[in-house]
Amino acid sequence: MARRASPEVNAGSMADIAFLLLIFFLVTTTIETDKGISRKLPPWQPEDVDPPTLKMRNVFEVVVNANNDLLVEGEEMELKDLRKAAFDFLDNGGGSGSEACSFCQGSADPNLSVNPQKAVISLVNNRGTEYGTYIAVQNELVAAYNELRNREAKRLYGSTFVELETEYNDPKTGEGRKESLKEKIEAIKDMIPQKLSEAEPKG
Amino acid sequence: MSKFTKKKSGDLPAISTASLPDIVFMLLFFFMVATTMRETTLMVQNSLPTADQVEKLDKKDLVMYIYAGKPSQRYQQKYGTEARIQLNDKFADVSEVQSFIYAERDSKREELIPYLTTALKVDKETNMGLVSDIKQELRKAEALKINYTTVQGDPTANK
Repeated sequence: MARRASPEVNAGSMADIAFLLLIFFLVTTTIETDKGISRKLPPWQPEDVDPPTLKMRNVFEVVVNANNDLLVEGEEMELKDLRKAAFDFLDNGGGSGSEACSFCQGSADPNLSVNPQKAVISLVNNRGTEYGTYIAVQNELVAAYNELRNREAKRLYGSTFVELETEYNDPKTGEGRKESLKEKIEAIKDMIPQKLSEAEPKG
Repeated sequence: MSKFTKKKSGDLPAISTASLPDIVFMLLFFFMVATTMRETTLMVQNSLPTADQVEKLDKKDLVMYIYAGKPSQRYQQKYGTEARIQLNDKFADVSEVQSFIYAERDSKREELIPYLTTALKVDKETNMGLVSDIKQELRKAEALKINYTTVQGDPTANK
């Protein structure tokens, strides 16, 4: 039997169809911005529990008012100076005896913290404060902690804290490596805990 | 031997476009894979603040989104210009945040619940009053892991 040659399908319009789809997906694509400052909220406490008493020198008070002005330890301050001030507060190392800080390089100012474990940063904002300012302040305070942690991680393990964390969160990192990274991260977090307390906003 | 006779040189052969669909398909597949369809339509203005101490949110399916800000232009007539919360596809009250969290939790597998993070996508001009109300609700619902979604950039630009 004679075979009939099947006619070739014209694929010329294939490119057009593909282009159409391509343009559709190009337009609908939104590369999501899923980056941000991670924080952990304190658990809810229904009754008023007496707050633990803290020494004045161990508390770094940051107040933001409704006009987005900063008041740090009773004095007005510009946002750009906040990181340095918070860092100095954490790294002060003014303690002695059992409260001494073995790694601090600060000036041991009697008005600043005894050691990073005891140091608490208290952030109070007003209900009228703008969210952008609040994030900027948060960012600076987290930056102060990160700077100190980076320094210590660099000293102890040769790479910064942020690098350790990035590697730990990277899915390509192997299990064994993760284990050792976690240990290092925990050690640094123990040395310099992030004690950032936020009071209920006033006003 | 006609098989080996050389072709007459002179006229250029047409460039074959047969591989064009392949190239376009390749691009198409790339964008299809990279696309994340917006699950919710934004009904609030949402220009995020900038920060430079950011962490990445890795697992997208473990993130719950809460939007807040002034209603968009076309909703302002109906809802005014006061900042509001948006959950899923509609405006919500502060008191609805808890039930939203519980509903989201129910839709996830049990072993994943401890890893759930709440991403707060809040417009930078919103007042802290609303944000702290949301935070109080989240504390009550025990959704303690939160992430303030920001854009990478200079934080002093927020003022």
